[in-house]
Amino acid sequence: MAAATAAAFAEPKTKYDRQLRIWGDQGQAALEKASICLLTCGPTGTEAMKNLVLGGVGSVTVVDGSKVEQSDMGNNFLLDAECLGQSRAKSVCSFLQELNDAVNAKFVEESPLALIDTNPSFFSQFTVVIATQLPERSLLKLDDICRKANIVLVAARSYGLTGLVRISVKEHNVIESKPDHFLDDLRLHNPWVELKQFAKSIDINDKDPVVHKHTPYIVILVRLAEKWADAHDGRLPSTRQEKNEFKALIREHMLNLDEENYKEAVESSYKVSVTPGISDEIRQIIDDSSAEVNSSSSDFWVLVAALKEFIANEGNGELPLEGTIPDMTSLTEYYVSLQKIYQAKAESDCLALEHHVKDILKRIDRDPDSISRAYIKTFCKNARKLRVCRYRSMEEEFSSPVLSEVQKYFTDEDYCFAMNFYVLLRAVDRLAANYNRFPGIFESEIDEDVPRLKTAAVSVMSEMGMNGAPLSEDLITEMCRFGGAEIHPVAAFIGGVASQEVIKLVTKQFVPLLGTFIFNGIDHKSQVLAL
Amino acid sequence: MSSPDEDPPTEPERWRDLDMLLSRPGNLVHADFNPSPGLRDSLGSLVEVLVVGAGGLGCELLKDLALSGFKNIHVIDMDTIDVSNLNRQFLFRVQDVGKSKAEVAAKRVMERVSGVNIVPHFCRIEDKEIEFYSQFSIIVLGLDSIEARSYINSVACGFLEYDSDDKPIPETLKPMVDGGTEGFKGHARVIIPGTTPCFECNIWLFPPQVKFPLCTLAETPRTAAHCIEYAHLIKWNEALKRAELFGISGVTYSFTQGVVKNIIPAIASTNAIVSAACALEALKLISGCSKTVSNYLTLETLNMVLFEVHYFSLTICRYNGLDGTHINVSEFAREKDCLVCGPGTLIELGTSTTLSEFIKMLEEHPKLLMSRASVTHEGDNLYMQAPEVLEQMTRPNLGVPMFELLKGAARTTVHVTGMAENNGKKVSSLRKLRVTFKGVEESSKMDESS
Repeated sequence: MAAATAAAFAEPKTKYDRQLRIWGDQGQAALEKASICLLTCGPTGTEAMKNLVLGGVGSVTVVDGSKVEQSDMGNNFLLDAECLGQSRAKSVCSFLQELNDAVNAKFVEESPLALIDTNPSFFSQFTVVIATQLPERSLLKLDDICRKANIVLVAARSYGLTGLVRISVKEHNVIESKPDHFLDDLRLHNPWVELKQFAKSIDINDKDPVVHKHTPYIVILVRLAEKWADAHDGRLPSTRQEKNEFKALIREHMLNLDEENYKEAVESSYKVSVTPGISDEIRQIIDDSSAEVNSSSSDFWVLVAALKEFIANEGNGELPLEGTIPDMTSLTEYYVSLQKIYQAKAESDCLALEHHVKDILKRIDRDPDSISRAYIKTFCKNARKLRVCRYRSMEEEFSSPVLSEVQKYFTDEDYCFAMNFYVLLRAVDRLAANYNRFPGIFESEIDEDVPRLKTAAVSVMSEMGMNGAPLSEDLITEMCRFGGAEIHPVAAFIGGVASQEVIKLVTKQFVPLLGTFIFNGIDHKSQVLAL
Repeated sequence: MSSPDEDPPTEPERWRDLDMLLSRPGNLVHADFNPSPGLRDSLGSLVEVLVVGAGGLGCELLKDLALSGFKNIHVIDMDTIDVSNLNRQFLFRVQDVGKSKAEVAAKRVMERVSGVNIVPHFCRIEDKEIEFYSQFSIIVLGLDSIEARSYINSVACGFLEYDSDDKPIPETLKPMVDGGTEGFKGHARVIIPGTTPCFECNIWLFPPQVKFPLCTLAETPRTAAHCIEYAHLIKWNEALKRAELFGISGVTYSFTQGVVKNIIPAIASTNAIVSAACALEALKLISGCSKTVSNYLTLETLNMVLFEVHYFSLTICRYNGLDGTHINVSEFAREKDCLVCGPGTLIELGTSTTLSEFIKMLEEHPKLLMSRASVTHEGDNLYMQAPEVLEQMTRPNLGVPMFELLKGAARTTVHVTGMAENNGKKVSSLRKLRVTFKGVEESSKMDESS
């Protein structure tokens, strides 16, 4: 019995092993708490849901008012011949449930358009709403509903060989942005007392070859930077020539040419010349008006306010130390000691920040213990990598796009293509609203639809203030050829991107798309338009 | 049998969406694109696709290809289903654990997509005869190992023949679409042997696996990975003790698995995106043709069209889901002297050189350094190292002069498989060789046509 329970308990860990390696237990816990709603059960939407259900989101609700038709058999893997004539929502829901029994799968057999019009409060129960294949008019309405209720909206659309994904939420804050490459936080330009003392305790001129070639480069650089500064009025190498001279100084201390630690020191020598203080991105965040907190501020902004105080006080213009060091050639003993010195400084920085957090919470009449220590620790560890993502409402984007960006896009070949798709995707909706069908659905009317679509596209452009921007005749014809088709591989691609974004938004890890993602399946390229 | 062109298309309602793309002319299509209502049916009946790998990418690929109009699909995978596959390999359920991936995946897709036929092969890719691979119009790769990619690449490039001007002969082209993922990142690329860079031309794109120097592991471990690798090398039960001894933290079970098995993080969404990109490219490559492909005999000419297709062909498309920018398309150049996709290493033999002397030459040839070589010529096994039955059957050939075995051809292509160096490791490799004979005139070639 006990063994059976253990196996049942262990299974999710094993099942999710490959993804836990990316977003960790906390990311997984966030996914398992999330409740996702899908509007329209075409292949774009169902493929997105399939990926999320496999990953183990808490619950999914699929909304669709139509019945399964023959055409679903040609592009939707989640529907098979047995579902013909039945509710699309119900059939999709039962397949999703089969994929992962840990997920709570529900369905609502109702037209998404009707639901948006008649029951806006329906959406407030979800973490994220994924709206697929919705016409512009309904999407605008839904965007308004979701923004008011602070629900994340992800809009996805596949259309022939093109498609788009767009996120809409007032603000999304990321602590664990997990960039691919980021400079190690070593403070070699400004070592603190304990680090300096440790570096001094090691004789870098020790003639014992084993000790000499196992002195970690952090120690070498701290010592030699000090030596350099003594000879240069307290300055560190900054010009190209000085940096080369500094490298030469390091090489002078080598006993042998094959000393890996010295090679590492030369390669890392630029780390003593980093600009002190904080980056422009972080400066922008701490100077944001949201950092002036009040009782309704989010935990994130309370922490930013505390960060600002830390920088002005204990930090001496620097952020809290990250506290980890990269692997480097070293005696185990030296390396472990260094690790501890960095950890200790990081912990004391974190403690200082925690004091500011408590003070601020008291000031704004909140429980001083309402933000957990673990959260503060993660925040400190990632203080250099914070990201604030703000999205304009679709209404704002549609009526007044950032014209400077638009003009820039039209001067670049690939972006110009993407802009054309963007305009045409909106124009087909205009046409569909007038004629009750997408252009090019009927072969016999393609020739008439081409000029109609062009007229609609021109009017979309002029409303956006883009008079006279180049429209590609070839793309207009191509859009009519597509006839609103949802091709499976394109739908799987767009749905895949949408699910990827949902994961980033729900786990609050990594940086989500900051604009409208346009897929160009003709050349297999994609652009992100910040409009 | 009448050509598919004259028959009304099958199931037009079901394939309404796909047919919009395949049956209508357009301005931004390939020059040879010949749209027709019957194109989907021709594609379904005439094209055979091979999917290599039935894992995270393979499952997606089978679904994507089946819903892109392909009807004859083969899938090959030696693996069985593991619990840790279930977070992304959506064709598998808990009760399938332990079964063949290829067999279960093929069955599931056939159950759901009517009309598609998928033949599973539950074996290693090296276990198949080279000729097995020649039946496919296109090979789609969903693999996670460099060695396996390298092998399939060498097989596909091995079919490529060059004419006397060193131009690739279109009928011998076997295009590949290769996908790969790691975490939020992935790539998709189209390889048209002889035209675009093959896998081997830019193998440097794949960084070598991290290996720790032995002295670090033994003398100066610093990280959890060092302790685990040490234990893996020396003695497992010492791992934790060792970490404690040196005051190193972080030796956990999950981390240990990651280090020892070199586990690559994988998620459903990235696999879905990369597979969809590969399937779309496969569809675009193949559907460039239509009417001209009206019977089985002209199947080879399918490849002729592929040869000229411009979409995507010289590019690698890298998908990065970590940050704002998503797809980067980079262009790479072919390696002119590539051992794999080039015209083949030239070997000159005397008319009396025997097969066993030839095999010995391969071991010493500086560019090849191939040991335990098996030799085939135009699908005939000249000498096979294994299995035993074949070895016995072909052993008498060892003493026969190559000139005789190659039917008196002055210049011909021979395929050899054996162990050769690749990225510093001895791995199973296939090489294409151009064999010529000293003092034999080109005109004495006996069967020009084959």
